[in-house]
Amino acid sequence: MSQSEAVANGSPTAGGMTGFVQDWKSDKQTYQVPWGKAMMWIFLVSDTFIFSCFLVGYMTVRISTADPWPLATEVFALSFFGSDPIPLILIAIMTFVLITSSGTMALAVNFGYRRDKRKTVMFMLFTAALGATFVGMQAYEWSKLIGYGVRPWSNPWGAEQFGSVFYMITGFHGLHVSAGVIYLLIIARKVARGDYDKKGYEIVEITGLYWHFVDLVWVFIFAFFYLL
Amino acid sequence: MAYVPLADQDDPHALHDPHSFITKYVWSQDHKVIAIQYGGTAIFVGLIALGLSILMRLQLGFPDSISWIDPAFYYQAVTMHGMIMVVYLLTALFLGGFGNYLIPLMCGTRDMVFPFLNMLSFWFYLLSVIILLASFFVTGGPAGAGWTLYAPQSITAGTPGSGGGMLLMLISLAVFIVAFTMGGLNYVTTILQARTRGMTLMRMPLSIWGIFTATVLGLFAFPALLVSAIMLGFDLVLGTSFFMPAMMQLGEQSTQDGGSPILFQHLFWFFGHPEVYIVALPAFGLVSDVIATHARKNIFGYRMMVWAIIAIGGLSFLVWAHHMYVSGMNPYFGFFFATTTLIIAVPTALKVYNWVLTLWQGNIRLNTPMLFAIGFIFTFVHGGLTGLFLGNVIIDVPLADTYFVVAHFHMVMGVSPVLVLYAALYHWYPKMTGRMYNETMGKVHFWCTFLGTYAIYLPMHYLGFLGVPRRYYEMGNTDFVPATAQALNANITIAAIFVATAQVLFFINIFMSLRKEKDAGGNPWGATTLEWQTPDTPPKHGNWGPELPTVYRWAYDYSVPGAKQDFIPQNEPGEEYEKTFHTRGHS
Repeated sequence: MSQSEAVANGSPTAGGMTGFVQDWKSDKQTYQVPWGKAMMWIFLVSDTFIFSCFLVGYMTVRISTADPWPLATEVFALSFFGSDPIPLILIAIMTFVLITSSGTMALAVNFGYRRDKRKTVMFMLFTAALGATFVGMQAYEWSKLIGYGVRPWSNPWGAEQFGSVFYMITGFHGLHVSAGVIYLLIIARKVARGDYDKKGYEIVEITGLYWHFVDLVWVFIFAFFYLL
Repeated sequence: MAYVPLADQDDPHALHDPHSFITKYVWSQDHKVIAIQYGGTAIFVGLIALGLSILMRLQLGFPDSISWIDPAFYYQAVTMHGMIMVVYLLTALFLGGFGNYLIPLMCGTRDMVFPFLNMLSFWFYLLSVIILLASFFVTGGPAGAGWTLYAPQSITAGTPGSGGGMLLMLISLAVFIVAFTMGGLNYVTTILQARTRGMTLMRMPLSIWGIFTATVLGLFAFPALLVSAIMLGFDLVLGTSFFMPAMMQLGEQSTQDGGSPILFQHLFWFFGHPEVYIVALPAFGLVSDVIATHARKNIFGYRMMVWAIIAIGGLSFLVWAHHMYVSGMNPYFGFFFATTTLIIAVPTALKVYNWVLTLWQGNIRLNTPMLFAIGFIFTFVHGGLTGLFLGNVIIDVPLADTYFVVAHFHMVMGVSPVLVLYAALYHWYPKMTGRMYNETMGKVHFWCTFLGTYAIYLPMHYLGFLGVPRRYYEMGNTDFVPATAQALNANITIAAIFVATAQVLFFINIFMSLRKEKDAGGNPWGATTLEWQTPDTPPKHGNWGPELPTVYRWAYDYSVPGAKQDFIPQNEPGEEYEKTFHTRGHS
């Protein structure tokens, strides 16, 4: 009886590997995380499949097309004050901005756990600002390419799939970043208002999970689309 | 944690029972109401798809007897029938309907972890259905390229519904995927994180295991469909060339070129094959519970049943290209995919053996749900065996695109899940409504449906061997098909009309029984699982009264020697039979 009651109460008594096995075997909650966080993780795995499919699609059409693939280093080059064009300089700055925003997001999560409301909100807003900067630079890049005559169905240099893939993948990622900025602003406002003073600041970490994921996806897009 | 959300709420005063009609029945966040909304919508579109199939059969059995069924309409009916049945009926009814209804009740929670998201899920689903049905009314009609929507044909001028109908189909699918994701995240999180005290993973009823694994498959497979829908939509609307190869169109070189049609097929089937198991795994789970309950025996080999579900789920991501043996992909792929396809038969066969062994020496009650469940074992074995034929490349090549394929997948993922749906609907009807259905009418419904479907699909295997091609509006220069095939086709059509008509019995039964039949009581079947132990029937908002149930045993303590009843509910304290006797006895 007493043993089955202990099982029924299901409170984990051990940590480490034993605790993990116990959790899977007998506890009512499989992961010792809040529901929101578990849900965000599952969503992100699902989202990973979306971006993977996009990238696989990109690689396949790049192989299947008979026309030459435009050189990313030449297309995405920018010259300053009449200098020689520097390849991928804008993309490099964008990547830097986005990765920096991951750092500020990590700080926000850290201050969230320390219950430092003011600094949490500050760093979340800072992250959102960096994200907005990224989207702004992306918009600039889009406008430049549109100016060159790059369209989803054609471009001046070669395979028409170049434009389709560029607008589709960066657009889809840009939507993710924009959604993340809005999400950050909403959560920052709620944190500032004191909505989470009782519940705890886990929501900041959940927001952070999403934000780091969006950054990570960008790294893959950067590597596969711009560098290859 | 200081914050206790609704699903884990022990204190009933914090529940906030909704009072107004709108929040109670229309924009309800109660998982039971959402389940019935999902189920009702799914059955409604399913009836439309059933009607389309009858129109197709009329054309095939009695060619040109109905003047307005022209080739274009025929292809549109084929397409819409397939897509509605697979996605909008079966996926929605199993996961949105039964998933929503059973997960919180069987896991012992008060609701899904995020009820608001759950409600949104249904309204997005309804929106996707409305968009889909709207495509019947646009110029050119609904999409008509077959439910697989293969590019480039599906978006090339000349294919019926290749313009607006196709676009609406793609939008509808995207909206459906959003709806499914919102619901699916809820189901998975609820099952993983919100089970009641003592409800361990290995004490969960197999229904929950089936629904859980299927939802995970859905969350990983639907992204591929979403991506292919987005890319196909761009090819259609923007003129991009993701899937468009260089081709001549109406005598002119198309401006689109360089894309990969095979890419579409890979993306589609990377979704499409797991989709088969998204439908099949909940069916496996539900039927296991129905069989164990009505055979008054514990399910045979519970642990193996769980692992078989997980194994099938994992393998289902490695077999997709067996749909593409004749598509022109690298022949070496065929070897790999034939191997994985045949491996998946092992856990599936294991499940079938375990169902049969559960029945063996059971105290079988042949009531309507049990009849449907046993009928399922027949049709599933039948469809599964023809799957072994089609899974082998060399046997598949001559049989591809014949009626043999039609017969196979209708047996295995058409009739079989539908029989389980009926078993489950009859089985849980007393819990959902508090009334008992009419047993005689249910049995007549079963025999008409079961024998009728055999009358439809058995002859189709023979047509397939004769080489009758599928998706043909009518036979033309097909001299190799003997004229007698037409007689067979006419017979199939008559059987199909008979089966479709027989479904009226089901609707009469459930609606009449709502008012007329006797009160069912809380646990009419003597079932062990938690949903039958609720304080109210049908369960009220919050499900469990003042206190959440505590679980002490697995879900299958039937006919325990020495127990005072032939079942012990999961929430009854005491020694766990499975641990003390069952494992020693069988392993």
